[in-house]
Amino acid sequence: MSKTAIISAKDVDVFYGEKQALNKINLDIPENKVTSLIGPSGCGKSTFLRSINRMNDLVDICRVEGSITIKGQDIYAPEVDVVALRAKVGMVFQKPNPFPKSIYENVAYGPKIHGLAKSKTDMDEIVEWSLIKAGLWKEVKDRLDQPGTGLSGGQQQRLCIARTIAVKPQVVLMDEPCSALDPIATAIIEELIDELRNNFTIVIVTHSMQQAARVSQRTAFFHLGELVESGATKSIFTSPEDERTQNYIMGRIG
Amino acid sequence: MTDFITPSSQLKSRKSAEKRFQWYGRGAIFASLAFLVVMVGSILYKGSGAFTTTDVAIVVDLGPEAVDPANPQDARFEKIVKDALKARFPEATKRADRRKLYGLVSNDAGFELERFVLANPDKLGGEVRVWFRASDDFDILLKGTVDRTVDESERRLSDQEIGWIDTLLADGDVKRGFNWSFFTNGDSREPELAGILSALVGSALTLLVCFCFSFPVGILAAIYLEEFAPKNRFSDIIEVNINNLAAVPSIVFGLLGLSMLLNTFGMPRSSPLVGGLVLSLMTLPTIIIAARASLRAVPPSIREAALGMGASPVQATFHHVAPLALPGIMTGTIVGMAQALGETAPLLMIGMVAFIVDVPQSILEPATALPVQIFLWADAPERAFLEKTSAAIIVLLLFLITMNLLAIVLRRRFEKRF
Amino acid sequence: MANSDSATIDLVHSQRKKGFELFVMGVLILCSLVAVAVTVGIVLSLLFEAFRFFERIPLTDFLFGTQWSPQTALRADQVAAEGAFGAVPLITGTLLISFIAMCVATPLGLLSAIYLSEYASKRSRNLIKPALEILAGIPTVVYGFFAALTVAPLLRAGGESVGLNVSSESALAAGLVMGIMIIPLISSLSDDVINAVPQAMRDASLGMGATHSETIRKVVLPSAIPGIAGSLLLAASRAIGETMIVVMAAGLAANLTANPLEAVTTITAQIVALLTGDQEFDSAKTLSAFALGLVLFVTTLVLNVVALRIVRKYQEQYD
Ligand SMILES: Nc1ncnc2c1ncn2[C@@H]1O[C@H](COP(=O)(O)OP(=O)(O)OP(=O)(O)O)[C@@H](O)[C@H]1O
Ligand SMILES: [Mg+2]
Repeated sequence: MSKTAIISAKDVDVFYGEKQALNKINLDIPENKVTSLIGPSGCGKSTFLRSINRMNDLVDICRVEGSITIKGQDIYAPEVDVVALRAKVGMVFQKPNPFPKSIYENVAYGPKIHGLAKSKTDMDEIVEWSLIKAGLWKEVKDRLDQPGTGLSGGQQQRLCIARTIAVKPQVVLMDEPCSALDPIATAIIEELIDELRNNFTIVIVTHSMQQAARVSQRTAFFHLGELVESGATKSIFTSPEDERTQNYIMGRIG
Repeated sequence: MTDFITPSSQLKSRKSAEKRFQWYGRGAIFASLAFLVVMVGSILYKGSGAFTTTDVAIVVDLGPEAVDPANPQDARFEKIVKDALKARFPEATKRADRRKLYGLVSNDAGFELERFVLANPDKLGGEVRVWFRASDDFDILLKGTVDRTVDESERRLSDQEIGWIDTLLADGDVKRGFNWSFFTNGDSREPELAGILSALVGSALTLLVCFCFSFPVGILAAIYLEEFAPKNRFSDIIEVNINNLAAVPSIVFGLLGLSMLLNTFGMPRSSPLVGGLVLSLMTLPTIIIAARASLRAVPPSIREAALGMGASPVQATFHHVAPLALPGIMTGTIVGMAQALGETAPLLMIGMVAFIVDVPQSILEPATALPVQIFLWADAPERAFLEKTSAAIIVLLLFLITMNLLAIVLRRRFEKRF
Repeated sequence: MANSDSATIDLVHSQRKKGFELFVMGVLILCSLVAVAVTVGIVLSLLFEAFRFFERIPLTDFLFGTQWSPQTALRADQVAAEGAFGAVPLITGTLLISFIAMCVATPLGLLSAIYLSEYASKRSRNLIKPALEILAGIPTVVYGFFAALTVAPLLRAGGESVGLNVSSESALAAGLVMGIMIIPLISSLSDDVINAVPQAMRDASLGMGATHSETIRKVVLPSAIPGIAGSLLLAASRAIGETMIVVMAAGLAANLTANPLEAVTTITAQIVALLTGDQEFDSAKTLSAFALGLVLFVTTLVLNVVALRIVRKYQEQYD
């Protein structure tokens, strides 16, 4: 385990009922870096991502074995509260899913339930900070009371990012955050991810090799439920060790 | 060679069978809707008369001998009215004729005069022209539902009575107007005075109790079953239970109310409290089923969004999912309340069939409900009650239409949210 | 700034109030148990009161007796002080009226459903379907009023003109009107069922040169039969439990007859007659209402369970 690893997965198996979706995954995720998970569809990227903040608990038939630790704490330990965990490990979803409430309320919701703001001015500050960080402040500062669902897709996704970082998590998980967006909105979000790296550890699932190469410092390649290879993004893309990785990068599987 | 264009005779008969089949379908729909139209139409026709009423002006003697100005309430008002009628038509001398004469005005004419005198003490001291509610037979004659040409013995009104009425009409002593008292009076043995106010208030109180119980319980049960219940036998039992409860005959709920609420728990008989509770048990399945459907319609991405940022399942449900499902839940609730408003049988079981003149003041007092009032009036022998019954049905249907329209508007308004 | 420099993070303690959430869950579970409690309450109270009834009147007398006259005794020593409690005429009366209702509702409801799902344009379907459902939304007391004061006299007059003696409280009047009331039950359920038949099956038949109506009769209806049967059972259960129409239009004469022109009485009408007005709660007369209620509850429950099972099986077949 590298010294700077914030998340570390050891021998993680995930089952959906009888079916095994992940097989003996061992992966360290370094702090304040962007790690991208790549691999063909159905290989278990989302499954791995969702087991980091225990969103998999929502699936009745899902079972996780092995250990995942964050700063040395086993997140599947019985005394861990999923709610506290998810406050530290936020998630941005594939399709933008703002609450059908105002922009302000969207961002303020997390701080409110976690009791992060002591006063209205506190809350205003958090909301402004989050929206600035998400690169959305300029566009929405005059219409904070309008519904978040009225924004464009790219804006909605940035709103969801703002909403997630408003809780000040340690880790932000993103599951194909740009797959529903056009190239321009995608470029904006990629830039944003690079910015956010200073404050957060980011794990991103992506289907775009270019995106992985552009935004991430580390890359992990999954194939059929196994972690084939992981390392610095540059070395994975220029000199992959495994043939499967090479084939995938060259576009031969996927 | 086969000819594709000219149909064979066999094909022709198949074609006409096809046509016939379609017409059966149209006929069935037409028959069903025609029945609906005839039923509602006949009730509208019969009931429309109840919304107008007839009053007769009679000059009564309110001189000091008849009414003592110091103690006006002690006067014999009934006698004053009768004397006035005798003075108006002195030719009625036989007892039987006199009885007919008194029957021109409502049986309650004495009370009406008393109310008039107490309200207008300044009118005392001489002869005053006062309007009295005409009797039901009088009213019906004017509405033209009585055939004057049939033989006298087959009519409710004799030639002599019709003669008096015609005289009154000719003298301008008869006026027709909107029957406000139908909405401001309670029940009465006299059809011309009977109104639906006490039944309406009874229905409102009953529905209020019903809503206060079944709405929260229904929503919370639906939330549990849809959002939290683990998939096990226990949840299955609850689910099957609710589906079957929805089909239990309403009268059985009445039996439950009678045996449990009245006899075991000793709640007050005939009260809106018990009526509302019984109806709420009946509407509960409707509300739960509707609420579950609209909770299911909330996209899972909303739940994920909330849970993903560390909201607890309870928070995610109550902050995000339930508010989005609320319009659908409201729609289901209104439909359930409309059902409850039209329900009669269980109320009969718990004694809400009393003759209620006064408006109930609380949910613990004896009361009746609008459909029960309809049931009671439908059984009354007087012809004029037929009209009242139909009118009460019209009012009930208007309420039901309003509620259902409200439900439809709500549904339309919020349907395409996601 | 996020506190990424802190050495450890707290994953154990969250801000939420766990006690409160446990309480909320408790309330939720309690509310969903109300429905179960109601069922248990119904079963217990019916069983308890019916048991008290059967302590006085033997079960066999109740189930097989053909005489129903639940008079209360004027004097305790009177002969047949408790009256006769043979439920057979009530059961046959209930079945007769329900049968007439089904005879009216089945063809009308089914043909409407077929027309709506197979022939009607989307627009007329959107108009006709809710219109038919109005029939289900009208309170039954209104049907009862119409049956008793319009349909019954009409039937009587019509019978007289052809020399038939029709009772003014004939089973026919109540049954006819009740039939109309349950049309939407049959039509909307059957409509769903017919719509669930896969289009591929229709295409196969039409592609062989069958006409539309032949396709419906030979292909669509046969495969929809189980679902339709389920909807008919539900409608029958509704007819058996219907109260106000029979209370107002069928009367209380416990005649054992199959003639629809005569007056009969039903289980529900008797329950109402026994329990309205003054009552002493311990007499066999009032208790018999609960025995009747038990019969009614069990019958409708069995019909429903069977119907729902059939419909569910049928739906799974095409899922
Ligand atoms: N809720 C579930 N129930 C059962 N099986 C599931 C569930 N979710 C995922 N799986 C299975 O687990 C495996 C991994 O799925 P996962 O969603 O993690 O793939 P992925 O790599 O994210 O694919 P994609 O790139 O298409 O999003 C797949 O075979 C999938 O069928
Ligand atoms: Mg995925």
